[in-house]
Amino acid sequence: MSNIPAPPADPAELFLHRRTPLQRVHGILHAYPALSPTFVLVIAAMAFAYLNPRFYAPANLSLIAQQVAVVGALAVGQTIIIMTAGIDLSVGAITVLTAMVMAASAANYGVPGPASLAIGLVVGTLAGGVNGVLVTRLRLPPFIVTLGTLNVFLALTLLYSSGQAIQGPDIPAILLWTGQDIAVGSFRITTGVLLMLALYVVFTYLLRNTAWGRHVYAVGDDAEASRLAGIPVTRTLLSVYLVAGFIYALGAWILIGRVGAASPNAASDANLDTITAVVIGGTSLFGGRGIIIGSLLGALIVGVFRNGLALAGVDVLFQTLVVGVLVIVAVAIDQWIRRVRA
Amino acid sequence: MTASGQPSPVIDATGLIKTFGSVVGLDGTDFDLYPGEVLGVIGDNGAGKSTLIKCLSGAMVPDAGEIRIDGMPVHFRRIQDARAAGIETVYQSLAIVPALDIATNLYLGRELRRSGFLGRVLRMLDHKAMQRGAKAQLQQLGIGTIQSITQTVETLSGGQRQAVAVARAAAFGSKVIILDEPTAALGVRESAQVLRLIRDLRDRGLPVILISHNMPHVFEVADRIHIQRLGRRAAGITPASHTPSEAVAIMTGAVAVGGAA
Repeated sequence: MSNIPAPPADPAELFLHRRTPLQRVHGILHAYPALSPTFVLVIAAMAFAYLNPRFYAPANLSLIAQQVAVVGALAVGQTIIIMTAGIDLSVGAITVLTAMVMAASAANYGVPGPASLAIGLVVGTLAGGVNGVLVTRLRLPPFIVTLGTLNVFLALTLLYSSGQAIQGPDIPAILLWTGQDIAVGSFRITTGVLLMLALYVVFTYLLRNTAWGRHVYAVGDDAEASRLAGIPVTRTLLSVYLVAGFIYALGAWILIGRVGAASPNAASDANLDTITAVVIGGTSLFGGRGIIIGSLLGALIVGVFRNGLALAGVDVLFQTLVVGVLVIVAVAIDQWIRRVRA
Repeated sequence: MTASGQPSPVIDATGLIKTFGSVVGLDGTDFDLYPGEVLGVIGDNGAGKSTLIKCLSGAMVPDAGEIRIDGMPVHFRRIQDARAAGIETVYQSLAIVPALDIATNLYLGRELRRSGFLGRVLRMLDHKAMQRGAKAQLQQLGIGTIQSITQTVETLSGGQRQAVAVARAAAFGSKVIILDEPTAALGVRESAQVLRLIRDLRDRGLPVILISHNMPHVFEVADRIHIQRLGRRAAGITPASHTPSEAVAIMTGAVAVGGAA
C-alpha cells in the first residue's frame, strides 16, 4: 500500500466530506478571520450613512480616525498578548504611567523633550517587562499579574506626578507632535493616526513573515507542543510583554498629542476598549488565532458605532449598550468559527 | 539485522539514573542502538521507558550515567542539544501546533529565512522554500494525499498528523529518530501506514527507536527489542528469539533474564 486512497471509501466518510453552504461559510471565515469584522464595518458604515449623510463627510471620518488612534495603537500590544493566550489589564495603567513620565519629566524635572520621550518609551518597555517576568518566571496567570500591576502602575503614576495633570503649554513640542494635522485632500489626518497605522503595518509583517511572529502564534496555541518543537517559549512570551509595553508607550505619545495634555486620569477605559477591539477583530481569547489587522477593524467598528449612533441622535447610553452586544456577538462568532474543521 | 557483526553503536548509554524525589525513574539503565536497525522499547507503565527516551532526546537531564553518540560522550541540556546531534523525536503528543499550517509546523523552531537584505535585516521568512521542502518531504515518505501544504494541521486526520510529525523528524534527523507511541491513537489502516513509514526510514539508513505498548506492532517492525523493567534494562531480545508472550513475561517479571542481547 503506497497511499491512503484519495476519495473517501465508506459512506460514513462520504457523509463527513459532504459540505452544506453553511459549512462552506464556516470554512471561509475560518481561513480568513478578517472577513467578518470587515463585513460588519462595511455594513455599519453604509447603515449610518443612510441614517445621516453627514457620516460620510471628510471631517467626520477624520474625527473617527482620530478618536480611534489611541485605542487602535494600544490594541496592537493587547492583540499580541492575547495571541499568546494571555490578557493585559494593565494597558491603561502603563499608558498613563508613561504619558505622565514623559510629560512630567519635561515639565517638572526639566528634561529635554526628546529625552523625556525616550525615557517614556524605556519606562513603558520595562513596565511590560515586569508583567512578562511575572508571567514567565513566577508562572502566574496573566490575568492576575496584570490585575496587580494595574494598581501598582497607577499608584506609581500618581506618586510621580503628584496627581497633577500637565497642561499643553508646559509640554515640549515633540510630545505634542502626534497631534499635528496633515491635510490629505479634505481629510485631516494627524501624525498620531499615521503612527498607529504604521504599527499595524509593522506588526502585520512581523507576525506573518518572521520566525518570531510564527512563534507567537505557536506558543499561544499550544505552549507545550511549541517547547517540544524547539521554540524558546519563555523568551518568546517575555519578548511579547516587552514589545507590548513599548507599544503602550507609543500609544501614550499619541494620547498626549490627541488630548494636548497629560492627565493621570486619562485612558482609564483603555483596558476594556482594547480588549473589545481585539475580540471584535476576531482574535481568539484562547490564543493562537487571529490577525492583527482585525484589531484595527475592531477599534474602527466601535468608533463607527459610537459616532454613527451619535449622529443618528441616539442616546449615549445606547451606544455603550450596542458595544456590549457587539462584544458578545463577536465572541459567539469566534466560538462558532473555532469549531470548524475546514 | 542484529548486533552479531559487532558494529559500534550509534547511541549507547550506561548506568543512567534519574529520580523524581523519592520516585526512581531510571535505576542505572543501559541502552544501545546500532546502525540501520529498528529498536523496539517495551516495558510496563512506570518501567522508565519515557524517562529513558526523554534523557536520550534531551528533554530531561539524567542524574548520573553516560550517554555516548558514536562512542563520544554527550551531555544534552536541552532538546535543541540532542537535535543538533541529529536526534529527532516524535512525541506521543506529536508536538504539532494545530492552528499553524503543515509547512510552518515542519520548520517550527528552525525556519528558513530569505537570503540577502530581506532575510538578514528584515528577518523575512522564505515561505515558498519551506512549502517546497515540506511537500518534498511528505512525498518522499509517500504521504501524497494531503491536499495542500498550507492547510492547518487541525484539518488533518490522526494518521496524517502523525505523518507530518514523522516527516519533520525524518527531515532533520540525521542520526536517530525516536518515536514515542506512534500508533497509540491510530486506527488499523493508519497504524499500518506509520509502520510502513518506520520501515522506510530504516531503509533510508536511519536507525529508529520505537516505544510502544502494542506488542504486535513492535514484533512486526522491530529488529531488536529492549525490555525495560523497574528502571533497568531487563533484557535485549529479537522477534526471532522470543515470542510476544515471552516478552510480556520478562516485562512483568514473571521470567527473570540475565544480561542483554
